[in-house]
Amino acid sequence: MNLANLHLLLPEIFVLSMACVILLVDAYWRKCLHGIAYQLSQATLVGALLFTAFISVKEPVIALSGTFVWDSMAKVLKLFIYVITFTVFLYSRQYLIDRNLFKGEFFVLGLFAMAGMMVMVSAHHFLTLYLGLELLSLSLYAMVAMHRDSAQASEAAMKYFVLGALASGMLLYGMSIIYGLTGSLDLTTIAGVIAENKIEPMLLKFGLVFILIGLAFKLGAVPFHMWLPDVYQGAPTAVTLFISSAPKLAAFAMLMRLLVEGLGSLNVDWQGMLLFLSVLSMALGNIVAIAQTNVKRMLAYSTISHVGFLLLGMLTAKEAGYAAAMFYTMVYTLMSLGAFGLLLLLSHAGFEAENLNDFKGLNRRQPWYALIMMIVVLSMAGVPPMLGFWAKWSVLSQVVAGGFMWLAVLAVLFSVIGAFYYLRIIKLMYFDAPTDNAPVLKPSADIHWALTLNGMVILVLGVLPESLMTVCRVALS
Amino acid sequence: MLALSDFLVLAAVLFCISVVGIFINRKNLIVLLMCIELMLLAVNLNFVAFSHFSGNIAGQVFVFFILTVAAAEAAIGLAILVVLFRNKRNINVEQLDALKG
Repeated sequence: MNLANLHLLLPEIFVLSMACVILLVDAYWRKCLHGIAYQLSQATLVGALLFTAFISVKEPVIALSGTFVWDSMAKVLKLFIYVITFTVFLYSRQYLIDRNLFKGEFFVLGLFAMAGMMVMVSAHHFLTLYLGLELLSLSLYAMVAMHRDSAQASEAAMKYFVLGALASGMLLYGMSIIYGLTGSLDLTTIAGVIAENKIEPMLLKFGLVFILIGLAFKLGAVPFHMWLPDVYQGAPTAVTLFISSAPKLAAFAMLMRLLVEGLGSLNVDWQGMLLFLSVLSMALGNIVAIAQTNVKRMLAYSTISHVGFLLLGMLTAKEAGYAAAMFYTMVYTLMSLGAFGLLLLLSHAGFEAENLNDFKGLNRRQPWYALIMMIVVLSMAGVPPMLGFWAKWSVLSQVVAGGFMWLAVLAVLFSVIGAFYYLRIIKLMYFDAPTDNAPVLKPSADIHWALTLNGMVILVLGVLPESLMTVCRVALS
Repeated sequence: MLALSDFLVLAAVLFCISVVGIFINRKNLIVLLMCIELMLLAVNLNFVAFSHFSGNIAGQVFVFFILTVAAAEAAIGLAILVVLFRNKRNINVEQLDALKG
């Protein structure tokens, strides 16, 4: 066992130990120190951010007998995951207090899930990849079920659990086949053995199919998307916000590690399969979303269509394409944060903002939040000055460069269909009269400013998209 | 003497039984949880067989981790089942239909 590069794991070790500390502190001092779990969790995230930022390694380093890798992609994604999780905790606070869920469990499970994501991002071995994935998934199942008295939440948790476990099983079966063929669990060795071309390609394809089904389940790509709308709708909005944001970054990292680093020489095979998943996701996501009246469910279908776009970047099987997919994922998490953050803000004690009608006349009640929501929604639709446009543009330009002209045309077509349900939200906010006498909300200053910043980032980075794009390109080169 | 292929066929059959079980079972959620366990065990059989016949120990180590995770997974699954039962007063798969659209 090689422990030489143990300092590279400092952020993971820190987050895990702090999660355990918070669990104990919350168990003993919950009564006298109100909200201690929240404050400690946020401090942990800041600490992890500093640890990660100060580890500077030029070349990719593989540590712990080949199970863990530190490269610039891992660093960028981890930093982004901390920021997203920090914002998720911040947005969720008031919502959780109103529903009597403001307890240590949410934050501890959130930190454990984040530790799982960090392991996934840095995994370089089937074992670490699987363990990171399970740590993430198991924490998320528990978080969905956290609202114990809600029949909807427990039903969503059960569906998530069964389909998530099925996905893990598929992924593991694929891993076992690849292990049997290559005789190794280490991604570098696997890539080397496959590159020698001595293995029967049919058998490799058999393993690859199972791995891809597992990945598609976790990402929520059609036809393995059934769990996603139910979980988004049934889970408490704070948990939906978490599920829809940071784990997508980890899922992207898992795609990169497994498909590109491990099974990179099979790219001709997985390109075709990703193409199939991507076209179906964009089509079904955008078309079914139109029929939804529940905003959370609608955003779930919008997620499915965004996953289709993400896969478009991956299936070019080129470095620039992966960078575009990474850029897309990051932008998607920012938009998702904004959208669900606003839903959280509009919900108050005894009232869940989750129907489209709850947006009616928002401009008259709260013009500032209506403006932020408009920015987020326009960005999701891909309207030019916003960040979302550049995300779509960078992916599509790679797809065209890769010679899939028809695919780019199809993607644009589906985006145009998708624009309908995004624009409907703007119409409801700006041109309809408010239906009820909902009180004018006064959220606390930090949530107000965080949401404002969220909206501004989407707008400002949309004017200067090159900066974030460069980060992605450098991270993957 | 059993060959590698015998183990692989058995694992594949078990895996198929569990997947089919998850999809055609409409009555009882506990059977669903059992199917999930069976699926992980089928994978374990695969790993052990490959590991034994190739003389590479890594696969057997992986099996220990899968067993541990499967135990944690069963615990969470049963906990969710209890919550679900308290809210719905039954564990019928067909009645998990409040969320759709």
